[in-house]
Amino acid sequence: MISVIQAVSDDVWVILIAVLVGISCSLVGVFLVLRKMAMLGDAISHSVLFGIVVGFLITGSRSPLVMAIAAGLIGVFTAYCTSALHRFGRLQEDASIGVTFTSLFALAVILISTLSGAVDLDQDCVLYGEIAFAPFDRLYLHGLDVGPRSFWFLLVVVLLVLLFITAGFRRLQLISFDPVLAASLGIATAVWHYGLMTTVSLVTVAAFDAVGAILVVALLVVPANTAYIFSRSLCTMLLYSCAFSILAAVSGFYLAAFFDASISAAMGLMSGFIFMTVFLIERISTRWFSAEDELGTSFATKNT
Amino acid sequence: MDRFLAFWSFQDPNAFWVLMGSSVLGFSAGMLGCFPFLQKRALVGDVLAHAALPGVTTVFLLFHTKSLLALIIGAMISCFIGYMLINYLVQNTKIKEDSAFAMVLSLFFALGIFQLTIIQKTPLASQAGLDTFLFGQAGALVGDDVLLVLGIASIIVVCVVFFFRAFKYIIFDPTFCSSIGMPIQRYERLLAILVVAAVVTGMQLVGVVLMAAALIIPPAAARYWTDNLRAMIIIAGCIGAFSGISGACISYMAPKMPTGPWMVVSAAFIFIISVCCAPNRGVIARLQRHLRYQRRIHEENVLRSIYLATGEGAFIPEDLVEAGEVLQHRSISVRTFDRVCERLVKKGLALRKAGGIALSETGFLYAEKLTRLHRLWELYLINQTVIRADHVHADAEEIEHVLTDELEAEILAELDQTTKDPHGKTIPGGT
Repeated sequence: MISVIQAVSDDVWVILIAVLVGISCSLVGVFLVLRKMAMLGDAISHSVLFGIVVGFLITGSRSPLVMAIAAGLIGVFTAYCTSALHRFGRLQEDASIGVTFTSLFALAVILISTLSGAVDLDQDCVLYGEIAFAPFDRLYLHGLDVGPRSFWFLLVVVLLVLLFITAGFRRLQLISFDPVLAASLGIATAVWHYGLMTTVSLVTVAAFDAVGAILVVALLVVPANTAYIFSRSLCTMLLYSCAFSILAAVSGFYLAAFFDASISAAMGLMSGFIFMTVFLIERISTRWFSAEDELGTSFATKNT
Repeated sequence: MDRFLAFWSFQDPNAFWVLMGSSVLGFSAGMLGCFPFLQKRALVGDVLAHAALPGVTTVFLLFHTKSLLALIIGAMISCFIGYMLINYLVQNTKIKEDSAFAMVLSLFFALGIFQLTIIQKTPLASQAGLDTFLFGQAGALVGDDVLLVLGIASIIVVCVVFFFRAFKYIIFDPTFCSSIGMPIQRYERLLAILVVAAVVTGMQLVGVVLMAAALIIPPAAARYWTDNLRAMIIIAGCIGAFSGISGACISYMAPKMPTGPWMVVSAAFIFIISVCCAPNRGVIARLQRHLRYQRRIHEENVLRSIYLATGEGAFIPEDLVEAGEVLQHRSISVRTFDRVCERLVKKGLALRKAGGIALSETGFLYAEKLTRLHRLWELYLINQTVIRADHVHADAEEIEHVLTDELEAEILAELDQTTKDPHGKTIPGGT
């Protein structure tokens, strides 16, 4: 087993990590899209920086566990702040999202600048992470090299996301499509809402090092929307969203290799390209089928 | 402190330029931000700021120039394409607005980063510094840049003043506008171009994310202080200008501090103050209003319970009833009862003696009026709706506190008899 892991080349590790990022983002993204909270994903992906800085200030380490906890907390905090501003402050929802995450982001940048040099964090790494360096940060178990640290971290996150979705599938489905009915049936909508937000921030922080804050948004939203165009059920939407993100991850890697550009940006770009393709196909096919349908009905009425 | 004075004596020309640039930028962005804010599209600034990046990088890739004007034009074009794309997606697909925002934001940004990393690996020496477009460098402002900012900001302000009416109409009632034949699309596009211009110029000063803040936070704060669009625009502009000034001041006093983030944090500070303290819409004011209303309801309920305990009828001075009797009519704790009674006594609606509590004359009339409204409403519900007699009480219990004289008159007009309520009790106070 260990020898197999050690035989895996860096390129394959990068692709594996990219695929894991894609899977975790696209699964969570489906619920963000269905609940019309895509921009909350954007907000959380920005304010996660604040969580990481504060986590670093308190504990002095950048270990994945600290980052995950800090980011999870700050994700819930962001979600809570926006809904508190909306509910108690009577501020419209989009503005409360905007106010919260820009303020947290600004605070994080200020904190980073006071630390300057003391911490390996800057705005660049926030806005575009570098997945190509991920395989060099190895995880050692009893002195044995078991592969890149971020691979295992992401694997855990993907499993957690899968667990969350399978455990709460029915509830999440109901909350996404009919929150009022869900509440009246006695489902604790708030708990699931904040659970979802925690998952989003966990995914974001896991993907953070690899793809950066903005491109997380691309992977959260674009595959899910691509699937949303033609899906008729939550299950197909989840599956297709997952498939599109894997496709984007793999093709993005080769696109980046071809142009010698950022892999994460190429992944985002490919997801956009897939969206465009699917969109065009859907457009053409609906036009085609609706035209045929019209002919068919007129023919049918003539006959009767 | 010395540096504070040095800043305000304008000895340092660089600091002066930064101050000018950031305050003017803050003012124009705050003003302009009111419109997307009221259209419930507050995050459009964030999206456009990210969508500007591929424009900058494409211009550089094609023309190898770093002339500010060329880059700005490129950025504006790509912003505008992004804006049109959002509209297209929302109008022609089932994709929702928030998803369209997030998609345009992230995809354009991905394209920009993709090109940027290609540029960074080319041997062109002149590529350094393109990323100021991403993070902004207010501290490095020089005369020419400030003139550009001033120019664009004044165009924005002039446009806002000149097209104030049109913008107001299309924000609040687009359907009406199109029905009277106003060219809505044209005005909306103009508004979009202005937002794009503000975003693109502001970006190089404060960076992508923080430019979004300059468009959102001041209007959000201003909204708490007024319901008038004109006032809101002016307040938002002033908050924006103040945040620019304080950002410049702080970054001058502590040179390691970045200007842009401090602009945002000071704007956020004002925002928090506005949320809490603004009259009328602020949280504290609303909480006060709520408490006052709740108190009044408590008082009225107790008043009416005393009235019922005294056996209704005509007013008898110092007609004492015991607390226990009153509490039979209303299930509240003795402590609450005592507290409410104290307030009633203070207001002269009731008097407290050794044997219990009695209503004063004003208190009696007040309670009689409440009882009358309560029973009239019950009667009205029975007559006009299909609610059963044993279900009308709860509704009347709530409505008795808010029925006005006009409503009472209207109810009376709809009823044939107004002497007995559905439970057979007399409706008092009919004169």
